[in-house]
Amino acid sequence: MTTLTTLLPAALDASGTTTTGEAILFWVLAPIMVVGALGLLFARKAVHAALGVIVVMISLAFMYVAQDAVFLGIVQVVVYTGAIMMLFLFVLMLVGVDSSDSLTETLAGQRVVGIVAGLGLAVVLAGVIGRATYGAPVGLQDANAETNPVGLAKIVFGQHAFALEIVGALLVTAALGALVLTHRERLTPKRDQRQRADARVAALADGVVLTPLPAPGVYARHNAMDVPALGPDGRPLEASVPRVIRVRGQEADAREYAARIDRVLAGGWAADSEPPPQASEPLSGDEPATAALDAATSQTGQNGPAAAPDQSTEADR
Amino acid sequence: MSTLATSLTGAVLAGALPASEPVGAIPATGAASGALWLILLPAISAALLLVLGRRADRWGHLLGVLAPAASFVVAAAIALQLLSAPADQRVQDVDLGSWISAGALDLHAGLRVDTLSVTFVLLVTFVGSLIHVYSIAYMAHDVNRRRFFAYLNLFVASMLVLVLGDSYLLLFFGWEGVGLASYLLIGFWNHEVDARPGHDGDHTVSGVNALENAVAAKKAFVANRVGDLGMLVAMGLLFANVGALDFGSVNAAATGGHLSQGLLTAIGLMLLLAATGKSAQFPLQSWLGDAMAGPTPVSALIHAATMVTAGVYLIVRSQAIFDAAPNARLVVVIIGAITLLYGAVVGCAKDDIKKALAASTMSQIGYMILAAGLGPIGYALAIMHLVSHGFFKAGMFLGAGSVMHGMNDSTDMRRFGGLGKHMKITYATFAAGWLAILGIPPLSGFFTKDPIIEAAFVVQDGQVWRAWVFGLVTLLGAAITSFYMSRLFFMTFEGKERWEDDVHPHESPKLMTAPMIVLAVGSVALGGILASGSRFTQWLAPVTGSHEHGEPVLPALVITIVTLVLVIAAAVLAWQRYARQPVPTTAPAASWLVQAAREDLKQDAVNDGLLVIPGTYATRALVFMDGAVVDGAVTGIARGTVAVGDAARRPQTGFVRQYASTMLLGLVALVVIVLAVQS
Amino acid sequence: MSVTNYVVLAALLFSIGASAVLLRRNAIIVFMGVELMLNATNLALVTFARIHGNLVGQVLAFFVMVVAAAEVVVGLAIIVSIYRTRRSASVDDANLLKDVREPA
Repeated sequence: MTTLTTLLPAALDASGTTTTGEAILFWVLAPIMVVGALGLLFARKAVHAALGVIVVMISLAFMYVAQDAVFLGIVQVVVYTGAIMMLFLFVLMLVGVDSSDSLTETLAGQRVVGIVAGLGLAVVLAGVIGRATYGAPVGLQDANAETNPVGLAKIVFGQHAFALEIVGALLVTAALGALVLTHRERLTPKRDQRQRADARVAALADGVVLTPLPAPGVYARHNAMDVPALGPDGRPLEASVPRVIRVRGQEADAREYAARIDRVLAGGWAADSEPPPQASEPLSGDEPATAALDAATSQTGQNGPAAAPDQSTEADR
Repeated sequence: MSTLATSLTGAVLAGALPASEPVGAIPATGAASGALWLILLPAISAALLLVLGRRADRWGHLLGVLAPAASFVVAAAIALQLLSAPADQRVQDVDLGSWISAGALDLHAGLRVDTLSVTFVLLVTFVGSLIHVYSIAYMAHDVNRRRFFAYLNLFVASMLVLVLGDSYLLLFFGWEGVGLASYLLIGFWNHEVDARPGHDGDHTVSGVNALENAVAAKKAFVANRVGDLGMLVAMGLLFANVGALDFGSVNAAATGGHLSQGLLTAIGLMLLLAATGKSAQFPLQSWLGDAMAGPTPVSALIHAATMVTAGVYLIVRSQAIFDAAPNARLVVVIIGAITLLYGAVVGCAKDDIKKALAASTMSQIGYMILAAGLGPIGYALAIMHLVSHGFFKAGMFLGAGSVMHGMNDSTDMRRFGGLGKHMKITYATFAAGWLAILGIPPLSGFFTKDPIIEAAFVVQDGQVWRAWVFGLVTLLGAAITSFYMSRLFFMTFEGKERWEDDVHPHESPKLMTAPMIVLAVGSVALGGILASGSRFTQWLAPVTGSHEHGEPVLPALVITIVTLVLVIAAAVLAWQRYARQPVPTTAPAASWLVQAAREDLKQDAVNDGLLVIPGTYATRALVFMDGAVVDGAVTGIARGTVAVGDAARRPQTGFVRQYASTMLLGLVALVVIVLAVQS
Repeated sequence: MSVTNYVVLAALLFSIGASAVLLRRNAIIVFMGVELMLNATNLALVTFARIHGNLVGQVLAFFVMVVAAAEVVVGLAIIVSIYRTRRSASVDDANLLKDVREPA
C-alpha cells in the first residue's frame, strides 16, 4: 500500500484532470468492481458475496487515492475491509449457511420488481448524471497543500468539531447497543466449581465418564483426529472423536477398526494394509450437516429459552 | 233593556245590577282558609286506595264515596261564608307557600277561593258524590271497583286543583291531572274480558274490544296534548311578557293596557286552543265520542258534567285577557258556533245512546264557549248553563247507564224502545233531563240556554251581522238539539219494544236511582233558582264583573217564543218519526249528510288525512333519511375508513424487501417527476 | 477520461447494491448491499470533492464511513439476535409486522 500511495499521485495531473495513468487504473479497476458487486447479486454462497464486496472495497481505496483522497483511501482499507467486512465474515461463520442463501425467489413478483427497480434506478441516475453540468474539475492541489490528512483534520476538527463529537457518541452508543442486543439474561443460578464437580460425580450412575475423554487417533498408522481411540480392551471408543467431526459424519468407522482388531487377534493382521475407509461420503450439500449441527447445539441446552420462539415461528407460518 | 226585562227568562240578562268591576283578592278567612282540605280529602283517599291495593277492596268504595262527600261539606261551608260576605270580600286567596323559585320565576302556590271557583267546587263535589254513590252499584261486579274509585277520587282532587289554583301553572297542574284521570278511566276496561272472573253478563266489556278502549284512551290523551301545547305557549307568552303566572298579576297586566293587542290576541288564541282540547271543541273534538268507551259514571262525571267544561272555566277565568282582545273573542265565538252545530248534527245520526249524548255534550259546551266568547255579557251565562248542564247531562248519562244496566250493556238505541214501561224511575228522571236540555219552561235549561241565545242576538262591537249570524246559529242549534234529544228519548223509552229475546229490562237498584232522582230534581229546579233575580250573575260579579250591554236585534220575547216554537216543532217531528213510526233495528241507508254524521262528520278521516297519514309519511321519510343520509354518512365514513384500511393493509406483508421495493420505486418515481418537471 | 466516469461507476454500484437489497434473502447479504450503496456514495463524494476543489466532500465521506461502522455493529447485532431466536438469517422470516390476515 505504501508504494501505491507514493506512486499514484505522481500519475495525477496537477489541475485535477485525469492523466492516462489514472484512466488505465480506472478502466482496470472499474470492471473488477462491477463484477465483484455483481457477485453480491449472483453468488450462491454468502461468503463468496462477501469476498466480492471486499474486492470492491479495496478497489475503491485505490480510486480514493487516485483522486487525491489519500486519507480516505487508508481509512477505507482499515475500516471497511479490515474491520467491517471481517465482522461480516465473523457473523457469516456464526450464523452459518441456511436456505436463505438460495437464489430461488419465494416472494411472488419480487424478482421482477427488484430488477425493474434496480434498472430503473440505474437509468434514472444515469439521466441525472447526464443532465448535470460539472464544469472543469478544479483538483485538490490547493486543498491538499499541507497534505491531505492535515487538510481534512482542519475541517473535521474545525468546522465539524461538533459533528465529530456527535459521531463519537454514536459510536459509543452503537457499541453499547450491540452489547445489549446480544446480551442474554441468565435464567438459572450460576453454579460454582464445587457444584459442577458434584454434579459430574452424581452423574456417574448414568454412565457419564468422570475423567477427561481419551484422545483420538492413537493408532500408529492413523494418528488423526477422526480415528477413535482404543480402550483397554482393545475396542475403539467412539466418544474419543471430537463431537463436531462426529456430527459432520467425518469420523472413521469405528466398526472397521474393531473388525481389524478382531483380525489381528485372530492372527491375520499382516493381510491388512489398506487405509480404513471414511465412515461416510462427504455430503453433496451442507444442509443436512448444518441441520445436525444445529440440533447438536440446541441439545447442549444453550438455547433453552429459544425453544418457544421456534415453535411460535412454526405456528406463524 | 226594558224589552229584555220582560222576557220570560226572568230578567237574567237585564239585571238591575249596577256596572261593576271584578274585585281584588283578600287573604282567606274562616272556612275559606281551609280550602286546601277540599283537595286533600279526595287526594288522600285516592292515594290510600292505590297504595293499599287489594287489601282495600272490601271497603275501598265507601272511602271513595266519603272523600268527595266530605269535600262537598267543606265546599258548602265556604259557599255559605262567601254568600254572607259582602261582594268585595268574595275573592279570597290561600297562600300555600313558595312553590317554584327559579331565576325570574318566583311562584307561590296558592288557592283562589272566589265565587267562580266555589261554584265549580260545589258542582264537582256534589255531582261527583252522587256519581260515586251511583258507581257503587254500577261497578258492583267489577273486581277492580276499588281502583275505579281511586281514579275517580284522583279526578276529583285534580279537578279541584284546576279550579282552585290561583295561577295558570297550578291550573295547568290540575289540568294535566284531570287529563291523566280521564285517560285512566276511559281505558279502565283495557284488559281482556276473561281476565275478570265472576261476571255473569253484568257490566262486561260487551261489544267493545278491550284494545279499542285503550286506543280511545290514548286518542283522548293525545288530543288533549295538542291543547296542552296551547296552554304551555300561552303560559310562556305570559311569563315572557308579564313575568308572572298568577291570575292577579296577569289580570292587572291585561287590564293595565301595557300589553299589545297582538300579544293579547295570541295569548287568547293559545288559551282557546287549550280550551278546545280539553272541552272537545272544534277542531280537537274527535276524542270525546271515543271516550264513551269508559264506564258510564265516568262519562257522566268527567265527559259531561265537569272536566270537559274546564275549557269554559279557563276562558271565563282569563276574562281580563279576552276582554282586552276582541279578535280572540270573536274566534272563541266562531269556534263555539261551529261546535254547537257540529255536535248537534252528529247527535242526530248516532244510534249509540252514549255517543249521541256525547255529541250533545259537545254541542252544549259549544253554547257555553260561544257565551264566554261574547264577553262580559256572556261569562255568567256560560257558567250558569255549565252548572245546569252538569246536572241534567249527568242525570241523562246516569239514566243511559241505568238503561244499559237493564239491557245487558247494549248501547244500540235501535234495539231499545218502549223501555218507559219497564224502567219507570229511569224514564221519569231521563224525561226531566230531556225537557231541561230542550229548554222547556220552567225547567233549568230554559233559564240557562235561552239567555245565551238572547245574548247571541245582542250587537257586539257595533257589528250587526255578528248578532244575526250567531243568534240564528244558536237558534238553529236549539232546534236541532230538540230533534236529536227527542229522537234519543223516543227511540229509547217510547215506541215498540225492539230488543232481543234474551234481554229482560229491569229497573236499577236504589243506589243507582237515588242519584238520578237528585240530579233530576236539579235539572228541573236549579235553572229557575239560579236565574231568578239575576242571582247567579250577582254571585259571579266579583269575578267576572258586570257590565252594561246593548239590546238584541230582535225583542227578547220574540226570540224566546221563536225558540220555543222551533224546539216544540222539532220534538214533534222526532215523535212522528221515532215514536209513531216503527224504527228499523238496523240503520237504514241514508243521505250523504246522515252517512257523514254517523261517522262524526268524517272527523277521524280528516284527522287521518290531514295529520296522521302525513305524519306517518313524514316519520317514514325521516326514518329513511336517518337511515340513508345520517346513518349512511356515518357508516359510509366508517366503511370508507375500513376500505382504505384494507387497501392500505395489502402492502403490509411484513416482508422488508417489499417495503424496500416500495421505497425504491417511490424514489425512482420522484426522480423521474423531478426530471420531467425540470425539462 | 472524464471525471464523470467515477460518478457513473458510483451510480452503477449503487444500483447493484440496491438490487441486492431487493433480491437477496440472506440478511447478511442484504446488509452488504447496503454497505455497497454507502461506498458508492462515498466514491461520488470523493469525486465531487475533486471536481470542486475542496475537502468537504471527503469529510462527508469520512463521516459516512464512521456512521456506517456504527450501523454495521448494531445491524449485525440485530441479525445475530434474530438468528438466535428464529434460527434463520432470512429477512423473509422476520415478518411479524405483517397484517394478521393473509392478503387476498
